[in-house]
Amino acid sequence: MMFHRVLGLAAVGCLVAAAAQAQISDDVVKIGVLTDMSSLYADIGGKGSVVAAEMAVKDFGGKVAGKPIEVVSADHLNKPDVGANIARQWIDQDHVDAIVDVPTSSVALAVQDVTKEKDRVFLISGAASSDLTGKSCSPTGVHWTYDTYALAHGTGSALVKQGGDTWFFITADYAFGHALERDTSAVVKAAGGKVLGAVRAPLNTPDFSSFLLQAQASKAKIIGLANAGGDTINSIKQGAEFGIVQGGQRFAGLLVFISDVHSLGLQTAQGLVLTSAFYWDQNDATRAWAKRFMAETNKVPTMVQAGVYGAVTHYLKAIAAAKTDEGKAVVAKMREIPINDFMTHNGKLREDGRVMRDMYLFQVKSPAESKYPYDYYKQLAVIPADQAFRPLSESECPLVKKG
Amino acid sequence: MVESAPVIGADHALTPTLSRKRKRGDERMIPLLHIPPQALFGQLLLGLINGAFYAMLSLGLAVIFGLLNIINFAHGAQYMLGAFCAWFLLNLAGVGYWPSLVIAPIAVALFGIVLERAFLRWIYRLDHLYGLLLTFGLAIIIEGLFRQQYGSSGQPYSIPPELTGVWNLGFMFLPIYRGWVIAASAVVCFGTWFLIERTRLGAYLRAATENPVLVQAFGINVPRMVTLTYGFGVGLAALAGVLAAPIYQVSPLMGSNIIIVVFAVVVIGGMGSILGSIVSGFALGLVEGLTKVFYPEASSTVIFVVMAIVLLLKPAGLFGRAA
Repeated sequence: MMFHRVLGLAAVGCLVAAAAQAQISDDVVKIGVLTDMSSLYADIGGKGSVVAAEMAVKDFGGKVAGKPIEVVSADHLNKPDVGANIARQWIDQDHVDAIVDVPTSSVALAVQDVTKEKDRVFLISGAASSDLTGKSCSPTGVHWTYDTYALAHGTGSALVKQGGDTWFFITADYAFGHALERDTSAVVKAAGGKVLGAVRAPLNTPDFSSFLLQAQASKAKIIGLANAGGDTINSIKQGAEFGIVQGGQRFAGLLVFISDVHSLGLQTAQGLVLTSAFYWDQNDATRAWAKRFMAETNKVPTMVQAGVYGAVTHYLKAIAAAKTDEGKAVVAKMREIPINDFMTHNGKLREDGRVMRDMYLFQVKSPAESKYPYDYYKQLAVIPADQAFRPLSESECPLVKKG
Repeated sequence: MVESAPVIGADHALTPTLSRKRKRGDERMIPLLHIPPQALFGQLLLGLINGAFYAMLSLGLAVIFGLLNIINFAHGAQYMLGAFCAWFLLNLAGVGYWPSLVIAPIAVALFGIVLERAFLRWIYRLDHLYGLLLTFGLAIIIEGLFRQQYGSSGQPYSIPPELTGVWNLGFMFLPIYRGWVIAASAVVCFGTWFLIERTRLGAYLRAATENPVLVQAFGINVPRMVTLTYGFGVGLAALAGVLAAPIYQVSPLMGSNIIIVVFAVVVIGGMGSILGSIVSGFALGLVEGLTKVFYPEASSTVIFVVMAIVLLLKPAGLFGRAA
């Protein structure tokens, strides 16, 4: 009798333990959108990313595995220590299960350290450094939208093929700029070109005239802009003033967003070649989604914001399938489910955290070619996923099994 | 607080030494780093252009601090308002660049006068910190409102057609617009200095700062003069904003980017010294230009390094008089 009772209790105990494993922690799935709300990348991610995340949650139904979904947001001010502190506070005190977006690669690298240590999911849409799936990779990191390797192989290769065999870089002096300069230099040298020099400008520099003068003096055919957001806009705008293009040199906007083109105006930006994962006017699905986004924000969506929507949706699908929000389990499910949404077709999450998707090469239209508001790009080429991203054989990520 | 002739001998001693040091340094460094002298002159000229903006903005700050005792942290926001005013005038009213140069500073100056009447006049007799906090708060509100509405990437504002193009100076191509900026700022800075130092109106202003009661006893309306002076300082900031609109993006962030550097310039020149802020503005533009050639990564911090050195050696600033 006693033995049966103990056995019965043990059996119930096992059942309870098993059920507890398949539970959502704290009875809520909390998604934290950590982004730049107030500085030079605010139009690339910013409030638009929060809106995109909320749209994804609403479209999913507001609940997953029977538990409600909450979206919180914060401004990381482009400072790694601020971003890491917010991440830690979110995870330790506010029960946040996944952190999304983080433009600014230096902040993303710091936040990845935190999420790796605490086993929380990190859905990276804004940050670019390919080190996030390289030597700094994480088992719960998902690099969703694009990276510096794709930009280098997209824009860099295209321009080298067009005859741009000498390059001079104007680089933002932090993790992202260095990674982009390194990856693009590798592409240029592999194609037989030469890098004549580089100058490192502090992040958020308003005046590039001095660096542009040095670029002019180098006589390089291509001036590679290894920067983004406000820095890229200022470089190109001031380059127009100094007659860089009239002098025969070309700008390579290695990371250009549609918000940058909108700010520069087509007169200045026309002819720029750029690589992107998304353009609002590509097909009916992208147009429909963009229309909903613009109804809420009055701004045309960038690939970062579209990526936030896609990443959150896929994350929620994975939770529903895995019936838990534990970091590694959810990411394992995200790897199993193929990625299909308005932006991604048959995308796949690799073991180093890289999402394999097709990238697209665009060129900015001239004012005469643009027929309606935000009609800015024409598509030049599709770059298939296996060519766009670093092959696993070259990966420095410790999670990748070589052999 | 009153700007007057610097301590006899001090600046004579310093300025020749500084320029001598700079010249000696250049000759040593050019062969070392293989920078051709022509490229160097080009960079120095660009540094002078940046210096022109620093000079104009720090001039407005020095006027306001020297004569009103307010540390006007809203100066950057007022610079941004000037640029946005020019953009509004162009896009909403079709008013071009040249009329904007006059209308925008006046409009923003009027706004500044409203701020002064509503907020600042209550705190003149208090510690400087209150003025700093109040204007800092105002700056954050103004910039936040604009950022909410217009985002951070900025709006395009094109260079007026009469000023587009480049001059071939031999050692570099100088955009005509940038040449115009140096000329306009030099005129405005010299004009302001002359107004305050050499005219009767300026004499009244300086006297009113020293002893307002006595000056008012002579029948001069001191509060109105103070209000108009604040408006004038704000107008200077807005004018700098209109000059900046075609070359930097008209962005809500443009003020916060530049204001910290401008404060460093004012501190180096001596808080309240008009001549000091003009000279330091141009000189520090040159220093920053040189840093961008030899060690660009430090270009955003070199001015603060100079400020630290100056404060250690001469706490009142290069042209300031210890109060």
